[in-house]
Amino acid sequence: MSVTLNVNGVDFQIDAAPDTPLLWVIRDHVELTGTKFGCGMSLCGACTVHLDGQPIRSCTTPLSVVLGKAVTTIEGVQSSAAKAVQQAWTELEVPQCGYCQSGQIMSAAALLEANPKPDDAQIDAAMAGNVCRCATYGRIRQAIKQASEQLS
Amino acid sequence: MIHNRFSQLDESSPLGSAVSTNRRNFLKLLGGAGAGLTLAMSAQPVLSKTTEQLPLTSAEGELEANAFVRISADSTVTVVIKHLEMGQGTYTGLATLVAEELDADWAQIKSEGAPANTGRYKNLHWGSQGTGGSSAIANSYEQMRLAGATARKMLVQAAAQQWQVAESEIAVSQGVVSHPGSNRSTSFGELVDQAAKLPMPATDSVQLKDPGDFKLIGRSVPRKDRGKTDGSALFTQDIKLPGMLTALVAHPPRFGATVKSVNSEAARNIAGVEDVVEIPTGVAVLAKDYWAAKKGRDALQIQWDESQAFNKSSDQLLNEFAQLAKQPGLVARNDGDTESALGSAAKVVEATFEFPFLAHAAMEPMNCVALVSDEGCEVWNGEQMQTLDQATIAATLGLKPEQVKINMLFAGGSFGRRANPHSDYVMETVHIAKAKPGIPVKLVWSREDDTRAGYYRPMYLHKVRAALDTDGNPVAWEQRIVGQSIVTGTPFEGFLIKDGIDATSVEGAATLPYSIPNLKVDLHTVNLPVPVQWWRSVGHTHTGFSTEVMIDELARAAGKDPVAFRLALLKDHPREYGVLKLAAEKANWGAPLPQGWGRGIAMHKSFNSYVAQVAEVSLQDNGQFKVERVICAVDCGVAINPDVIRAQMEGGIGFGLSPALMSEITFKDGQVVQSNFHDYQVLRIGQMPDVEVHIVPSAEPPTGVGEPGVPPIAPAVANALSAVTGQRFHRLPLKLS
Ligand code: FES
Ligand code: FES
Repeated sequence: MSVTLNVNGVDFQIDAAPDTPLLWVIRDHVELTGTKFGCGMSLCGACTVHLDGQPIRSCTTPLSVVLGKAVTTIEGVQSSAAKAVQQAWTELEVPQCGYCQSGQIMSAAALLEANPKPDDAQIDAAMAGNVCRCATYGRIRQAIKQASEQLS
Repeated sequence: MIHNRFSQLDESSPLGSAVSTNRRNFLKLLGGAGAGLTLAMSAQPVLSKTTEQLPLTSAEGELEANAFVRISADSTVTVVIKHLEMGQGTYTGLATLVAEELDADWAQIKSEGAPANTGRYKNLHWGSQGTGGSSAIANSYEQMRLAGATARKMLVQAAAQQWQVAESEIAVSQGVVSHPGSNRSTSFGELVDQAAKLPMPATDSVQLKDPGDFKLIGRSVPRKDRGKTDGSALFTQDIKLPGMLTALVAHPPRFGATVKSVNSEAARNIAGVEDVVEIPTGVAVLAKDYWAAKKGRDALQIQWDESQAFNKSSDQLLNEFAQLAKQPGLVARNDGDTESALGSAAKVVEATFEFPFLAHAAMEPMNCVALVSDEGCEVWNGEQMQTLDQATIAATLGLKPEQVKINMLFAGGSFGRRANPHSDYVMETVHIAKAKPGIPVKLVWSREDDTRAGYYRPMYLHKVRAALDTDGNPVAWEQRIVGQSIVTGTPFEGFLIKDGIDATSVEGAATLPYSIPNLKVDLHTVNLPVPVQWWRSVGHTHTGFSTEVMIDELARAAGKDPVAFRLALLKDHPREYGVLKLAAEKANWGAPLPQGWGRGIAMHKSFNSYVAQVAEVSLQDNGQFKVERVICAVDCGVAINPDVIRAQMEGGIGFGLSPALMSEITFKDGQVVQSNFHDYQVLRIGQMPDVEVHIVPSAEPPTGVGEPGVPPIAPAVANALSAVTGQRFHRLPLKLS
């Protein structure tokens, strides 16, 4: 049975079981691969996307609950917060292997949209669900602050 | 741009002649850079040919100057990177070496992963193609510079011909070729057609720059592994080929178990599941997408034969290791007479150190894509061990190695895991693909597979006894190491095992730099069916801890300052001395700290790089502790890109903090207890200390930075905790008592 899913402002006809996690719908059906698989259990944040602007873990969010809502992935994120975050990420050379960074950026952008001036504790709290095995955490913190300054 | 590169795997092709250099040059290079202890293999010529052959130029008017450098008509310089980019910055570092000697503008440089081709792209420290041992920069320093310098010479010759002037009058700077005498200048692209007609210059006709003239080396130029902030960078996980199936494998619950029987009916009934195949490592479910494959795997009913399976628990293993440690092992180093020095010493300090198994837990769980067809086998992989994987695949499929094409992708971390000496996950993929000829198969490991299906940093136990004389000077050190060998049973045996001693088991201990007159290190190698492998900094992950905690305890027993105590023992080791002193100075060693804080130091040399770290910890109200700040000093010879070096130190510290604070793989009755990030915990942002990195200015040949940042952090933290609590710490992860 085919359903309509809106990803990055575009409607896609999806033929997948309703319990299919949004992550695999995005990767295997919509064929956008910037959103990553890291754990499948909401433990690492690699799969973070925005659902109606809110950050969610797409690996544990079934297709059935996102119908009629707007899904935004790293490929389509366009808010000024997201652009500032991406720019700061590049300027400070945050990524190493890069595999976690789509999720990091989606979490950071959502943080700055909700709280344009986060302090260290708020940054740590908002980013606690995003693992980076390359341990780029110091630069992530710095880049969020730089993006925050740029936005103000 | 990939054109038919993957079909030109013949080493004797003119492209394979690449940058030719002679044996004398290579030996000089090896001697200068020093071959890393780990993975230093055979000394073979850089590239076998010195013949000067016509380079090929493609239809679009591209100059293929050599195996590493292509220049297109729009002046883009493509540097072919022979090492895997897994975050360590090799796309940037190696390209910098080429761009420097080519006098290119950094903006015109593009990096591209090399295909598998041992003749052209071997690691000069190994003699085979592969990435590891923090050797990328060290083995390529001269080779990549020569690649840039010879390409530059071709451009100069082309310009001289075009303008009818002497080559010596041509200048090249920031991507512009000019003749100042006549005020003429042109771009690289304009010279491509002319240069493509020229023979490749002999390497002794070019001169490498004097380090004083470096313009890019030593500068933090921007990284070249882009696409990592917009989702466009491609990893193995992202490969999608027409008709491709996704495979998940049900692995045995215990190492050594085998399939007795499979009922795959329920799995096959799941929409999207295409097939179920038995392979040597388990049972694979092939489906149209991941979710169908996952459901299919969950629906498999498998009876395992566990009669031969591993059934021990971690506690039991540690007891067995401790029993072994009572007896002498095979001697790895023996200076003086340790036994009698221990017997007559004024004070003896003893400790037994315990290290659990560790998973690499790269963010990208293991995966690989393979297509087996009549023509051969094609693989897509974040490929870290080309020559070996190619040979293993070829042997299994009855092919020649050159019939195995390997396409290089970024790796979402590896930490050693993708350089599997048994080609484990690559072969798992090939076995599945072999059952489905003509259909591309993507193997995807779930995080549970990645945590439980093995290849771990081995469990180790060290027993150390060290002694002081009446003046508090160390007079004896006896270290007994017990653990599994990584190298036994792999093609690396011949290079890394000598007289029964696996160099990777004792590195960092047998090479203790402190001057202690009586010093003995011995080894018990344990045989277990648990699959083990190198894990970012290999043997140094445990020897760095035991040696640096022990030296601190000796200093305390002598009533001496840990920094002064170490420095006094490093008079003959200027580079160890230098980083230790620099880290201590920058950390304001000795300055007062807030109440409840402690400061500790550790220094360790690995892969010919020297790193010292000072950690500051604070005790928390909840009985826990926090690592607040780390000051790191590194000496890695010529600093190619200071920002990449800093990033690797920061990352190495963060990576090493996971086993220091929380990570461990344990066995219960032969089963791995942990399965995902909730129980195999790793460092998160709130636990990351502030890190400050200082680089020792140096003219020594450059050495690696991917691994050497890891070993000192755990002992530095343990020593800081000892300083503030008075407790001793001999087990990782660290726990306050
Ligand atoms: S893959 Fe979704 S949180 Fe890890
Ligand atoms: S950059 Fe490698 S996991 Fe974050």
